Amino acid sequence: MKEHISLSHGSGGALTQKLIREIFASAFDNAYLRKLDDASVVELRGGRYAMTTDSFVVDPIFFPGGDIGKLAVCGTVNDLASCAAEPRYLSASFVIEEGLPFDILESVVSSMAQEARQQYVPIITGDTKVVPRGKADKLFINTTGIGLVHKTLEAGMIRPGDKILINGPVAQHGVSVLAARQGFEGGKSLKSDCKSLWPIVKLLLQEDIDLRFMRDPTRGGVSAAANEIAQSSGLSLVLTEQKVPITASCKSFCEILGLEPLDIANEGKMLFFIGARDAHRALRILKSVPSCRRASVIGDVLPERKGKVYLKTTAGGSRILGMPVAEALPRIC
Amino acid sequence: MKYVDDFRGAEACLAMARRINAAAADRSYRIMEVCGTHTAAIRRFGIPAMLSGRIRLISGPGCPVCVTSDVYLRNAFRMAADKNVTIATYPDMLRVPADGVSLQDLRARGADVRGVNSALEVLEIARELKGRTVVFLAVGFETTAPATAILAQRARREKIKNLKIYSAHKTIPPALLSLGRDKQLCLDGFLLPGHVSVVIGVQGYRRVMRSLRLPAVVTGFEPLDVLSAILTIVDAARHRRVVLENGYSRVVRSCGNPKAKSLLKEVFVSKDSLWRGLGVIPDSGLFLHKPYDSLDARRTFSLREEDGHQARSSGCRCAGVLTGRIEPPACRHFGKQCTPQRPLGPCMVSREGTCRAFFETL
Repeated sequence: MKEHISLSHGSGGALTQKLIREIFASAFDNAYLRKLDDASVVELRGGRYAMTTDSFVVDPIFFPGGDIGKLAVCGTVNDLASCAAEPRYLSASFVIEEGLPFDILESVVSSMAQEARQQYVPIITGDTKVVPRGKADKLFINTTGIGLVHKTLEAGMIRPGDKILINGPVAQHGVSVLAARQGFEGGKSLKSDCKSLWPIVKLLLQEDIDLRFMRDPTRGGVSAAANEIAQSSGLSLVLTEQKVPITASCKSFCEILGLEPLDIANEGKMLFFIGARDAHRALRILKSVPSCRRASVIGDVLPERKGKVYLKTTAGGSRILGMPVAEALPRIC
Repeated sequence: MKYVDDFRGAEACLAMARRINAAAADRSYRIMEVCGTHTAAIRRFGIPAMLSGRIRLISGPGCPVCVTSDVYLRNAFRMAADKNVTIATYPDMLRVPADGVSLQDLRARGADVRGVNSALEVLEIARELKGRTVVFLAVGFETTAPATAILAQRARREKIKNLKIYSAHKTIPPALLSLGRDKQLCLDGFLLPGHVSVVIGVQGYRRVMRSLRLPAVVTGFEPLDVLSAILTIVDAARHRRVVLENGYSRVVRSCGNPKAKSLLKEVFVSKDSLWRGLGVIPDSGLFLHKPYDSLDARRTFSLREEDGHQARSSGCRCAGVLTGRIEPPACRHFGKQCTPQRPLGPCMVSREGTCRAFFETL
């Protein structure tokens, strides 16, 4: 039987991994790509730079807490930040559907410009394509970013006993997009956490925190990020459900729809792996930032070399936290 | 959320688990959770880790897509292959395989297949696609059947000619009878499905339970609900008492939902029905009543008879899993050829499926 691309191939879960490994990584094979990281680090004359690229197809293009433009800047900035790289330059290319109203495009572009300005990262090149009506959905944006690496981080640097921190409530982005798309009443209170993370990463680096590794839990949420890290470091992790911050409205929304908050996308969150001795200092620093007041230590790295993720449940039980599987919510970023 | 959190606190749950473990000190107890949502909740909250090995929680056949037979699916595929047909069904159904194909695969190859979250969405689709025949694959238990009944009534009232219903609705009490009598399973009691009970009420089980003489508790979906129901069953089984209790009285009424029950009575008629794994169970299927003949896909399309003789094996041991005879890891395909991305059998598809619940939390 002929195989076809399904939406699950884009969900960030196990099928996406398979697609990347079997189609892209094997065709483009090289030393950088083999690491399968969110960004690749290259040595150029005078320094180490990280490069990353990301396409944004979120539907709807405006959602509470952000829009496709802000997301396109934050997403790429955050991929750089997760490599401890200071974002320096961005590119932006647009695929626009014929018939898109000008004011929508202008408002998306101005929110991109605003976010880029706030992050002091200039958009220095770009491209525009227009396709006939129906051949794309309103607007797709691709951004590429180059950043200056401040510290080399690898999953291999994680040690048993390290603490896992997160800088705030989970699941906000995915839930807000879903609520906006379905037109749920009261959807306005479910705001996306879409935010550039370089400022807080920089803060931790400046304070010389013993940062071992970090990863932004976007598609597939905390579950996917934790599982990827467990696999690549070879160590097992344990998360405590009770300690994972979540807003009351998000929790109710997930509960009603039967969604697992840990599986849902974030766009302004980072999982930090930090040496146990520095964990509390790091938590204090994070909590001093207004947007990270609900930062929390959510788990530990275990000595066990199985690469699994365990979850201590709120009810007092425990279970495995698996990689999310099906396409819970397509076109979330 | 307070109303939910009250039933999740670690302290209360662990205290209840200790009481169960103390009560079950004499022998082991085999308790079946019939409902797939219970299976999912039990795994999600990590309940097996709290209980001693003497409490065996056995997953039953309560996942609608899991018990849908291969013959039904093949019939659905045949209709989907028709260029003038649009298939509408609940999203989980799209991924259920039979003979290595699923509706999702057919959609990728060009068939018009749509996922709906409510039966009434199908009415909209049928109105929109006037020139096409829209077939609703109606699956589920007493929970989703009333919505199908409303769809049938409205389609008849509004004379929507291009809408057809292919009903695979099933009822739980006849299945309980068949499982409770199974000597090999040798059950000590049932956790009865909370959602089904909202419709049929505690009364809905009375006749079946009287004949089975097993303790049974209508159970909610929070960890404390499940644990206290287990305690009631262990206590009753230990003292050989027969109880039929409502442990979910904040939601379930003794008489159920009279309106939903009367809808079912008006639109459907009970006949023998083929369950995957369990075979044909007498009077367990809901089929469209005579006045709704013109809506019945069985009368519009020439479909294969669903009698269980055409079951082909994919090597998957769904049957054993659905009847609680084996746990998913005992199947040689589990987690290897059969994963939620590429399910070999239906139990790996839905969140409520036993294999998927095990796969995600093992």
